[in-house]
Amino acid sequence: MGLENLAWVVLLLPLISAAVITLFTLRNPRPSAQISIVAVVLSFVCSIVLYGVFRQSPPTYAASLNWLDVGPLHFDIAPRIDAFSLVMLLIVSGVGGIIHIYSFGYMHGDPGFGRYFASLSLSTLSMLGIVLASNFVMMFIFWELVGVSSYLLIGFWYQRPSAADAAKKAFITNRLGDFGFLLGIILIWGILGTVRFDELEATLLKSPAALGIWTSVAGLLIFCGAVGKSAQFPLHVWLPDAMEGPTPVSALIHAATMVAAGVYMLCRVIFLLALPPVWPDWLGFLQSYSVLDIIAWIGGFTALLAALIAIQQNDIKRVLAYSTLSQLGYMVMAVGISQSNPVSGPDPSPAMFHLSTHAFFKALLFLAAGSIIHSLHHEQNIWRMGGLRYKMPVTYWTFLIGTLAICGIPPFSGFFSKDDILASAAHHGVGLFLLASLVALLTTFYIFRLFFVAFAGTARVELAQHAHESPKVMTWPLVLLAIPSILSGVWGIDSYLGRFFTRGEAGHEYGWFEHLLAPFGHSPLAAASSLVAAGIGISLAYTLYRRAVKDPLVDALGPIARAMRSNFYFDELYAFLIRCTHELLARTAAFIDRVLIEGFGVRGISGTTDILGRALRLVQTGNLQTYTFLFALGVAIILVIALKH
Amino acid sequence: MVRLEHYIIVSAVLFCIGLLGVIVRRNLLVIYMSLELMLNAANLALVSFSRFTNNLNGQVMVFFIITVAAAEVAVGLALIVALYRRRQIAHVEDLTSMKF
Repeated sequence: MGLENLAWVVLLLPLISAAVITLFTLRNPRPSAQISIVAVVLSFVCSIVLYGVFRQSPPTYAASLNWLDVGPLHFDIAPRIDAFSLVMLLIVSGVGGIIHIYSFGYMHGDPGFGRYFASLSLSTLSMLGIVLASNFVMMFIFWELVGVSSYLLIGFWYQRPSAADAAKKAFITNRLGDFGFLLGIILIWGILGTVRFDELEATLLKSPAALGIWTSVAGLLIFCGAVGKSAQFPLHVWLPDAMEGPTPVSALIHAATMVAAGVYMLCRVIFLLALPPVWPDWLGFLQSYSVLDIIAWIGGFTALLAALIAIQQNDIKRVLAYSTLSQLGYMVMAVGISQSNPVSGPDPSPAMFHLSTHAFFKALLFLAAGSIIHSLHHEQNIWRMGGLRYKMPVTYWTFLIGTLAICGIPPFSGFFSKDDILASAAHHGVGLFLLASLVALLTTFYIFRLFFVAFAGTARVELAQHAHESPKVMTWPLVLLAIPSILSGVWGIDSYLGRFFTRGEAGHEYGWFEHLLAPFGHSPLAAASSLVAAGIGISLAYTLYRRAVKDPLVDALGPIARAMRSNFYFDELYAFLIRCTHELLARTAAFIDRVLIEGFGVRGISGTTDILGRALRLVQTGNLQTYTFLFALGVAIILVIALKH
Repeated sequence: MVRLEHYIIVSAVLFCIGLLGVIVRRNLLVIYMSLELMLNAANLALVSFSRFTNNLNGQVMVFFIITVAAAEVAVGLALIVALYRRRQIAHVEDLTSMKF
């Protein structure tokens, strides 16, 4: 038993907590919350210990559990501990722990309190499982568990039809992506015979053509999983609706951790995605694009699309949801444009860096929004807020920190991670660099629009005048999250991960102060464009929304604004497509089932038997002599037949 | 000269009379007697085959049949008497309670 088996403790604590709450304390709110919070905080402590011990030299072996052994299919549930999963463990359990504590205040008095914490523990478990996964199947199992817990939490207020619908939408949309993911896993297992990441990496490094003509298809199918989970275009529609869940849930799984699973997975299997493109003949038109190119463009497109939609949203949580979408698109794009290193392949550390900082400041933004919603008795329309600056000082200041971080103002964390991405975009090509800069500008604009409308000016409605600061159990988590939102940019997450991905080739260690100035040194263009974009965004938002009573853009942009407000009609488009294809299919299937199978098959057989039975019943007269006569007649007939032949 | 055919014809005629009786008569006792007639027609056939083929198995069988028939008559008559005592009927067309 070495210390590496602490990973099992990290993984099992939330599971035990979920089980205990479900089995014993579902009706007792306080113990449920205590169990859940203690479990996740202990997980966090264990993660810190793991990080402390294995920071420089990850263990090669931890206890594994043989999960399935059927013929050539063999895989274990085994934690994989390396620099990458250690960082992610800290983020998931740390941010998760803070959100657990916050939930204690936010969900106070809810009748489903115990159920809420059980689901929260389950989602923590599944996310930790994804982080620790050492093979595709283990990842897929926890991947699906994430889907389930997300379903439970989005539909937490299942009495509301909109919440129940949103939960179903999220689950089904995710299933679409997971279907591709599963196909990809099966394809890879079928060709290479293993699902373990380390074995796959070794095989593919040795012979990059091992997957033959399926190389790029496999990469694209695996990417499908990330498209679903990380809500990339065209499966992005579920994430905004997922805001029907309680706000801490939005913070935990729909902003900070769960949706990041897709990006994490892409970085985990980057060796697979970065293989030189080989397409089968029927996909020959893609010949000149690699999988990473497709990933980069889908990510960039999602980022732009979501940022445009976010500009015209009026629900505070929806603005943040589209902002999450946009930032996820940013991360996926960053995976796609990972700079290649001749020795060890591409280095997606900018994507992971942004994921880490984003986890902090987006969780902060969501929790601060939750604090506003809580004190305004579940009012979410930003135009019914205003003047909250003096009513809720802690929320105001922490929200401001989150805002500055997401805009990329130095020295807040977002600046450094965004700068990394912009730098690699600049290195990659002009198109994506301009796109990324534009998204940075839009990000600043919509988040400051939200900020000015909600906090500045005067209260627009009666309700906002009586706003008051949230209880301490909710403001302290905000302060706790504000610290990494400011500082995590200079903690060296990027160089630590960079060293991991490039096997020590790149990513030298800076001091804190050098970190602060590094972006201006190694890519002045990116740093400058990021600052200019932020400056334009802030000044635009300031002039338009500083004292606005209603949105000036609605009149100025006309139909475009309406399209943005209705998410560019994606929901309607999908509904139409489904009516055309899926409904038709369903009707055909229903016809076959109802008329052919049920009508002629099932009912036909039972009906025939029934009629025959009724007819035969008439023969049963009950008269002994009739029976005797028929009996004798039968004997006579048999005799005649027998004697004739 | 009386040959096997004659015996068999007598036996067949007896059997048919018995069968006809079973089918057309209403009274349970008469039906019962007709049944006995059919049984004895079979006995006659067995005995004559035995006689004309010099094989004693047939006659042994007839002894068995007579014994079993005696027991059967006892049980059958007892049933008819019991039925009559209970329901005051001895006509077969009234016995339809087994009909569904």
